[in-house]
Amino acid sequence: MKKYRLGEFEEVVLLTVGILYDNAYGVSVKKEIEQRLKRKVSVGALQSALRRLEEKGYLKTHEGEETQERAGRPKCYFTLTALGKRALAHTKTTRDSLWNALPDIALNPKFNTW
Amino acid sequence: MQNPPRIWMKFFHWFCHPDIARYVEGDLTELYRERIGEKGRRYANVRFAVDVLLLLRPNIIKPLSGSQFTNNRIMFKSYFTIGWRNLLRNKGYSIINIGGLAIGMTVAILIGLWVHNEVSYDKNFVNFRQIAQVMQNQVLDGQVETWRSQAMYLGPELRNNYGKNFERVVIGTFADNHTLAVGSKTATVSGSFMEPDIADMLSLNMISGSRSGLKDINGAMLSQSAARALFGAEEAINKIIRVDQEFDVAVVGVYEDLPDNCSFSNLDVVLSWQIINQAMEQRTGWGNSWFQCLVQLRGDLTMESVSAAIKDAKMKRVMADANNARFKPELFLHPMSRWHLYSSFENGLPAGGQIRYVYMFGLIGTFVLVLACINFMNLSTARSEKRAKEVGVRKSVGSLRRQLIAQFFTESVLMALLALAFAVVLAQLALPWFNSVAGKNLSIHWNSPGFYLTCLAFSVLTGVISGTYPAIILSSFKPVSVLKGARVAGRNAFLPRKVLVVVQFTVSISLIVVTVVIFNQVQFAQQRPIGYTIHDIVSVPIRDNMIMKHYDALRDELLNTGVVEEVAATEGSMTSTYTTNGGFSWQGKDPDRTESFVTLGVTHEFGKTIGWTMEEGRDFSRNIVSDSSGFIINEAAVKYLGFQDPIGETIKWSSNGEWKIIGVVKDMVTQSPFSSVNPMIFFLRSNRISWIRFNAVNVKLKPSASMTGAIDKIRPIFTRYDPEKTFSYAFADQEFGKKFDDERRIANLAFVTTLLAIFISCLGLFGLSSYMAAQRTREIGIRKVMGASTAQLWKLLSKDFVVLVAISCLIAVPISSYFMRDWLTQYEYRIGISWYVYALACGGALAVSLITVSFQSLKAAWGNPVNALRTE
Repeated sequence: MKKYRLGEFEEVVLLTVGILYDNAYGVSVKKEIEQRLKRKVSVGALQSALRRLEEKGYLKTHEGEETQERAGRPKCYFTLTALGKRALAHTKTTRDSLWNALPDIALNPKFNTW
Repeated sequence: MQNPPRIWMKFFHWFCHPDIARYVEGDLTELYRERIGEKGRRYANVRFAVDVLLLLRPNIIKPLSGSQFTNNRIMFKSYFTIGWRNLLRNKGYSIINIGGLAIGMTVAILIGLWVHNEVSYDKNFVNFRQIAQVMQNQVLDGQVETWRSQAMYLGPELRNNYGKNFERVVIGTFADNHTLAVGSKTATVSGSFMEPDIADMLSLNMISGSRSGLKDINGAMLSQSAARALFGAEEAINKIIRVDQEFDVAVVGVYEDLPDNCSFSNLDVVLSWQIINQAMEQRTGWGNSWFQCLVQLRGDLTMESVSAAIKDAKMKRVMADANNARFKPELFLHPMSRWHLYSSFENGLPAGGQIRYVYMFGLIGTFVLVLACINFMNLSTARSEKRAKEVGVRKSVGSLRRQLIAQFFTESVLMALLALAFAVVLAQLALPWFNSVAGKNLSIHWNSPGFYLTCLAFSVLTGVISGTYPAIILSSFKPVSVLKGARVAGRNAFLPRKVLVVVQFTVSISLIVVTVVIFNQVQFAQQRPIGYTIHDIVSVPIRDNMIMKHYDALRDELLNTGVVEEVAATEGSMTSTYTTNGGFSWQGKDPDRTESFVTLGVTHEFGKTIGWTMEEGRDFSRNIVSDSSGFIINEAAVKYLGFQDPIGETIKWSSNGEWKIIGVVKDMVTQSPFSSVNPMIFFLRSNRISWIRFNAVNVKLKPSASMTGAIDKIRPIFTRYDPEKTFSYAFADQEFGKKFDDERRIANLAFVTTLLAIFISCLGLFGLSSYMAAQRTREIGIRKVMGASTAQLWKLLSKDFVVLVAISCLIAVPISSYFMRDWLTQYEYRIGISWYVYALACGGALAVSLITVSFQSLKAAWGNPVNALRTE
C-alpha cells in the first residue's frame, strides 16, 4: 500500500486542511496547527509540505480573494481531493487496526508485575 | 500598512518558484503585519527573515533551468541518431563528403608529421637553446660570403679571451667518413675529431664509459650502432681500433645513437681532437678555415649579445696580416634551433632555407584540407531544399534556431570524425611511400596523446568550420514558407556556393602551375649541358697513401684489364668541387680584389677521362715536364682574370710559385646544377704543392663493358694496393643525380598533393552537378519532350560550372605567376615561365571539370523523359 504513504507532518497538515474545510490557506493552516498541537510551524516547512501533498494529488488549490492585509496578494486555498480523503482514511484504518491489535498488557505493564 | 523589508522580499522572489511566489508572499505579508501588531516591527523583521530563510527548500526553490540539462542530453542523442540516419540515407553523398574529407585530412596529417619533424629538428638536445655554431662573414670580390668553417685557433681564442660568454667551446672537424678496423672487421662510418667537451655539450647518453672520456689522448667514442657493427654484443670499452689505417685509438665510451632529425644524426664516431691537433697546428694558420666551432653560451646570455661580443674576434687576430685582413672577417653565432630551417645566408644576412618549404607545404596542406571543407559546405547547402521541410517541421513543433544549428554541427562533426578515422588509416598506409618520397623516416606518433588531441581538435575544427555555413543557412528558413513548398533559395543563394567552387579551382589551378614549374625547373637543370661526361665513370675513394705512391702502376694495371678506357686521380670528387683558394695574383689585377678560384688537383689524363672540351691551348701532357707548373682554366676564369689571350699568361699563387696558363676548357658544371659556373683552375700533382691530397681515382669504363663485370675486374687491382682491402665505389652519374634530390623530392610532393587537390575539387563538383541534375530532372524531361537535343541539354547543364572554372583560371594565373617567379629567383640557372604552363594548367582544369560535370549532365540528358516526368 505504498501509494498512501503519509509522513507525520503531512498527515497533520492534511487533517488540518480538512478541519478548516473551506478556509484552509497558508496562514490559517499554520495557526490552526500551532493552536491545536502547541507546536511551532515555519512557513517554509508548511509550504513545502503543502506543495508535496499537492504534487501527490491529495490536495488541490484554488486562488482566493486579494485582500488589503495581504498587500493585494491572493490567497491560495487548499481543499482535500478524493485521493487525499482516501489517504487519510487509509491512514486511520491502518492505525486503528494496529491499535486493535495492541494487547492491553503492552500498554498497562502494571498487570505484569503482580 | 507596513510592508516587509524589501531586500528579503527580493531575495525571496529571486529563489522562489514563480508558480507559488504570489501566494506565499501573501502569507508572509499577512503574518508580518500581525507580528508588528503583536510585538513590534523589529521582531516582525527578524521573524520575516527567518521565515524567508526557512523557505529555502528543494520544492520551493525554482528549478535552475535544470530540466533543460537532461533535455540537452537527449537532444544530443537525437542529433546523433538523425545525423547517422542522414549519412546512411544519402550514401553517395556521404561517400563523396567523407572520402573527400578523409583524403584532405590524410594529406594534412602527413604534411603535419613532416612539418613537425622539420620544426623539431635539433630540438632534442638538452642545451639546444644555448648551442650555436660560430659563423664568419667574409668579403670576397665585393660580395659577403658566409662560412660555417673556422680556423682551429678560434677555439682557444674564444675560450681564453671571451670565456665569460661561454659554458663550452668545441673545435672539431666537419663530419667525414672514417674507416674503423678491428682485426678483420671494418666499418666505414661518419664522424669527426672533436674536443672533449662535445659529449657534454650534446649531452650524449652514455651506454658505457663516461662523457669525459675524450680527454684521453687517443680516445674515441662510438655510437651504439657503430659499436654493434664492430664488436657485436661484446663490450667495446677499452678495445683498440685502427682508424683510416693511420692511427690506433681506444674506445672510451659508447653513446646512444642520436635521433634522425638532428644535425648530428650521422655522428657515429667522435675521435679525440688531440690525435690531429699537433699535425694541424703545423699545417694551418688563421687563414685556413677548415674546422667547425661550436659553442654553448652561459645560461643567461642571448645569442645576439654574444654575437656582438665576438664579432671582431678573428679580425683582431689577423689585423697584422694583410692577406687575411682584407677579407674583413666578422664572426657571428648561428643558433642551433635555426641550423636546419634557416641555413641560407645571402650577402651576410639570413636568407631562410628549408623554412621556405615548411611554409610552402604547410600552406598546401591547409589548402587541400580547405578544399575538402568546401566540398562539405557546398554539398550540404545544395541539399538544403531536401532538408527544408525537415527544418520547417522542426521549427513549427518548437525547435529553437540554436538547436537546429547544434543539430547541423553535430552532423558535420560526426562526418569529420568518421573522415578522421579513415584518414588515420590512410595516412598509416601511405606513410612508407611518403617517407620514400620525402626522404624521411617519419612514423605516426601512436603513443603520444598530443597526436590524438591534435587530430581530434583538428577534425572537430574542420567539422565546425565546414558546418558553420550550412548550419546558419539551413536554420534560417522560415517554417511557413518552406512548409508551403515555396522555393527556399532565391538566385542569391547560389552565389556563395559559386564563390566556393571558384576558390577550390583557383587553388587547384595554382597548384598545377606550381607543380609544372617545379618539374620544368628540375628538368631544365637536369638537361643542362654539363660540359663533360659522367657516364660510365666509377669513382673510387682513396683511403690509403699506398695507392697514390703506386699510382702509375695501378693505372697501367687498370688499363690492362681491357674494360677501362682511362684513369685519373683527383683531389676531390669531380662532381662536387667545393675547394676554393685565394692568394692568386696576375697582371692587371685590381690589388684590392679578394679573389677566389675553385681549384682541383688532377693527374695528366683527367681531361681524357671526363672528356672535357679544350677551347684554347692544350691539355696536360706527360711528355712536357713544365706542365707541372701549368694551369688549365675554364672560360669563367678567363672572363674573371680579364685576359684577352690567356694562353701563356702567368699567375702567381702566393707561396706556391708562378704558374703558366696552358689551356682553356669549356665551362663544366661541377657544383650546383642550379648556379652559374665559378672560375676554375686545374693543376697537376707535383712537388710544388705537395700538401694536396688526392682523394679519388676516377675510372672511365669502356661503354661496351658490363658494369658489374668491370667492377669485379678492377676491384682486385685496388685491393692489391690498399693493405686494408677496403674498396668502395660510386658512379659519377648517380652522384651527380643526387644534386637534384631535394628539388625532385619537392616536385614529387607537389605533384601528389596537386593530384589530390584536383581530385577533391572534382569530387565536390561531381556531387554538386549530380545534385543539380537531380533537381532539374523534370525540367530536362520537359525540355526533351519539347525537342531539345542531347547536345543542347548537355550544354545547359555544364555551362554554369565551366564558367566558374574559367573565372578561377583568371584569378589563379596572376597569383601563381607571382609566387613561382619569386620561387625561381633562388636559382641562378632557371627557366622563364612560358605561357603554355598556364595554358596547360587552365586547359587541364577545364577539361577535368568538364568531364566530371558531363558524367551527370549526359546521364540526365540521355534519360528517358517519361521516367523523368513520372517522378512525382
